[in-house]
Amino acid sequence: MTDTTLSPETSPAAAGDAAKPKSLYALDDLTRKRNASEKRFKYYGLGAVLIGLFFLVVLATAIISEGIPAFTRTIVEVEFTLTQEQYDAAEKELFKTKAYEQFFINALQGQLEESGMSVPFDAKAIERIVGKTGGTIREYFKANPGALGAPAAFELAASSRVDGYSNGRVTRETLTDSRFLEKSDLDIVDALVETGIIKTVFNWNFITGADSGVDNPGGAGIGASVVGSFFMMLVVLFLSLPIGVAASIYLEEFAPQNRFTDMIEVNISNLAAVPSIVFGILGLAVFIQFMHLPQSAPLVGGLVLTLMTLPTIIISTRASLKAVPPSIRDAALGVGASKMQSIFHHVLPLAMPGILTGTIIGLAQALGETAPLLLIGMVGFVARGYPDGFITGFIEPNSAMPAQIYTWAARADYAFYEKAWGGIIILLVFLLTMNILAVILRRRFERRW
Amino acid sequence: MSLFWLVVIVLAIALVGYIAGRARALASAGGDMRDLHSLPVYYGANVAMKAAVPAFLILVLWLLVQPFVVHSNISGMIPESAVGDGSSLGLVMAEVRRTAEGLENAVASGQMTDDFARNARTDFNDITTRLKDAGQIVTSQITQPIMRAAQAYRIMVSNGNFYMSIVVLLAAIAGALWGVRETSAEFRARNTVERGIQVILFSAALIAVLTTLGIVLSLVFNTVEFFRLYPAMDFFFGLTWSPSFSGRGGSSELGILPLLWGTFYISFVALAVAVPVGLFAAVYLSEYASPRVRAVAKPMLEILAGIPTIVYGLFALLTVGPMLLSVFGDNGLGIMKAGTAVMTAGLVMGIMLIPFVSSLSDDIINAVPQAMRDGSYGLGATKSETVKQVILPAALPGIVGAILLAASRAIGETMIVVLGAGAAARLSLNPFEAMTTVTAKIVSQLTGDADFASPVALVAFALGMTLFVVTLGLNIVALYIVRKYREQYD
Repeated sequence: MTDTTLSPETSPAAAGDAAKPKSLYALDDLTRKRNASEKRFKYYGLGAVLIGLFFLVVLATAIISEGIPAFTRTIVEVEFTLTQEQYDAAEKELFKTKAYEQFFINALQGQLEESGMSVPFDAKAIERIVGKTGGTIREYFKANPGALGAPAAFELAASSRVDGYSNGRVTRETLTDSRFLEKSDLDIVDALVETGIIKTVFNWNFITGADSGVDNPGGAGIGASVVGSFFMMLVVLFLSLPIGVAASIYLEEFAPQNRFTDMIEVNISNLAAVPSIVFGILGLAVFIQFMHLPQSAPLVGGLVLTLMTLPTIIISTRASLKAVPPSIRDAALGVGASKMQSIFHHVLPLAMPGILTGTIIGLAQALGETAPLLLIGMVGFVARGYPDGFITGFIEPNSAMPAQIYTWAARADYAFYEKAWGGIIILLVFLLTMNILAVILRRRFERRW
Repeated sequence: MSLFWLVVIVLAIALVGYIAGRARALASAGGDMRDLHSLPVYYGANVAMKAAVPAFLILVLWLLVQPFVVHSNISGMIPESAVGDGSSLGLVMAEVRRTAEGLENAVASGQMTDDFARNARTDFNDITTRLKDAGQIVTSQITQPIMRAAQAYRIMVSNGNFYMSIVVLLAAIAGALWGVRETSAEFRARNTVERGIQVILFSAALIAVLTTLGIVLSLVFNTVEFFRLYPAMDFFFGLTWSPSFSGRGGSSELGILPLLWGTFYISFVALAVAVPVGLFAAVYLSEYASPRVRAVAKPMLEILAGIPTIVYGLFALLTVGPMLLSVFGDNGLGIMKAGTAVMTAGLVMGIMLIPFVSSLSDDIINAVPQAMRDGSYGLGATKSETVKQVILPAALPGIVGAILLAASRAIGETMIVVLGAGAAARLSLNPFEAMTTVTAKIVSQLTGDADFASPVALVAFALGMTLFVVTLGLNIVALYIVRKYREQYD
């Protein structure tokens, strides 16, 4: 690009060497140096972009590789028949559940031998693998006396260590003998896997279930908090869209040029940068302490997130209102529409795709927000079940997806970490869907004037 | 009457008013629309607006004020003696509310007559068990003062709701009648309706101001309350942070300096990652990259900004922390004790801020007029020389503004530090040690079991106030610089 003889630094040298004119094709030292530094600079820039993309890839791999196991679970499937006599005999025992457990173990042993495997095991080992089975079996037969005498299939969840073994989190090398699982148990597990008694199935409970206790990672599901997030998003959508659009129309079309308008504008741009946790403090102090709205309610979460989302929506709505050319307004006014009519009948419909895109992006941001929800009590362990009805869904204590993920991450148990990663996959699927929707909307309806 | 039905009835009144207003206007013009001042819909809308807007305004205000009035009345009823040791008025009031709700639900499900719930002066053990039988959550044994207060509470709330329904309905009907009465062919309905709409639009814009006001008031009141319990000097200049949750937190030491140190240290690490990478990426994308590379790389980088912070928090806790530990931990260099550290949180926060810095700087670099580039190229400068000697100096104020905005983000970031930085507050220079930040402590102080009125919980508001002031200051300066800079080339 650069002409060596023209560059000021080289010209004195060129003058000194007048006797021996240099070819323009031969680069002198300075040019070479400058070109090298040019190249280096370019590679720094490329490197920076690649570093950013590298982090994105690492993040994506971590999420997918760690989160996938949350969607499977390991079950122990055993089928056996309990006769009326056996049932009566077991009910007479002092340790009733122990008797039922023995039935289970016998059935297990039988099924193993059937397929030609013989691994010795005791009740303790089985307890470590599937937990205490007697109680479940007894309850089943107590509830369904009709099932006595016919073969009944039991699908019992394997313990979290066994679950970890089957999806690679726990290996023979890393396992230390403890009351939870011993190395010798893994032989039994291997044998059971080979005979098809232990198998891995898709974990529907993770998608539809509610949060479980600290000691039961296997039973934890994200369904209830998805519902909580859904109710929150309803509140955010139905409050922030009308309020945001109304405020934008006022500021863009009606506001007089004065200090008060300036104050509102400065306020909005500052609110957009206030840390989210401060909104949580606001929600706690105003909605819960002062107004006595119920704690942990999606309604309150929605209100807090509405206040947080408003600046985003206002900023994008104003941009789309501004993008509608003045000729549209002028034409409307020219045929006798009032200012209000020109805006509501012409400008607003034309700006609508942009407004909706901004709203979806604002909602996606709100969906991923965690910190303010923790302060108003929407922590994960509140999400113990689905709400009873539509109205109660707004006021019954519930959690939200990101808060649920945080609660799992804070439980310091590897089995829960897996659930947290899995929860992130679900959260990201929602966010991705919303963002793709926004992009499609923009591509399809946005007009360039 | 439930709130839902009240809203439905008000809306129905508005609808009837709409039809009546429209019909009356048409009738007054003798059925000829051309004789009306405005289109018929405006006459209808005028009546509907006058019916619905004041009624809903009253409804909202009533709903806001009623809990406040009830609360202050009932808490006056509870004698000092009913507030036991280790308890507080707030806890007792929560119990009262729970009991009142329990009574309400028990009546609703038919397990208790309304009369019994209102007037029961009988054995309180009996009521506790009856409430428990009805499936209501009653934590402790209900004592007499609590029961009295709960009964009064329940009566006040139901009376309040009753009066509210009456007042709201009256307001709606009166508004509708007023609207219908003034309807005539000459009435300037469109102007009235449009003025009304403009007022509604204005009040929507006012919500932004109210939010800021709400933030400031909630922070200020609770902070003042905190400083009455805990000396401000110790808070601002204390070098130790060790809240004691036992009792009323009397022996707590709540100095903010270790938290501020942790906050700034982590933010510094984050900016040290984000600023060079983000800036170089912005320069590359705006000056070197072909349009096709730019069209792919820029949105990809911006994905990083759209990922929720909880994801980064988990990434720090479970991926970056253990990774750093394997290099700097006991098996490696031996200077890192646990996965949660300043470095972990700072690094991950830096990743989060890369797109923030790069897209802001990108905008600013693009705003530098092309003529300046062309001038530089014309003098024989290479691209990198143009960037270093022309574009960056010209864009510098804007870039400084962008960095300040990124710093304010970093200071206010919560989830990454809650999960990635550790919980111990200490003043140390080692970036591989766990430290904690202002935001992380706000979360831990307010989500714990501490009583709201104790200094260990109230300190969160003082921390929030500090955070708010610091970030607000950074934002104002940054926005001022960015705006000033934009004007320069417009």
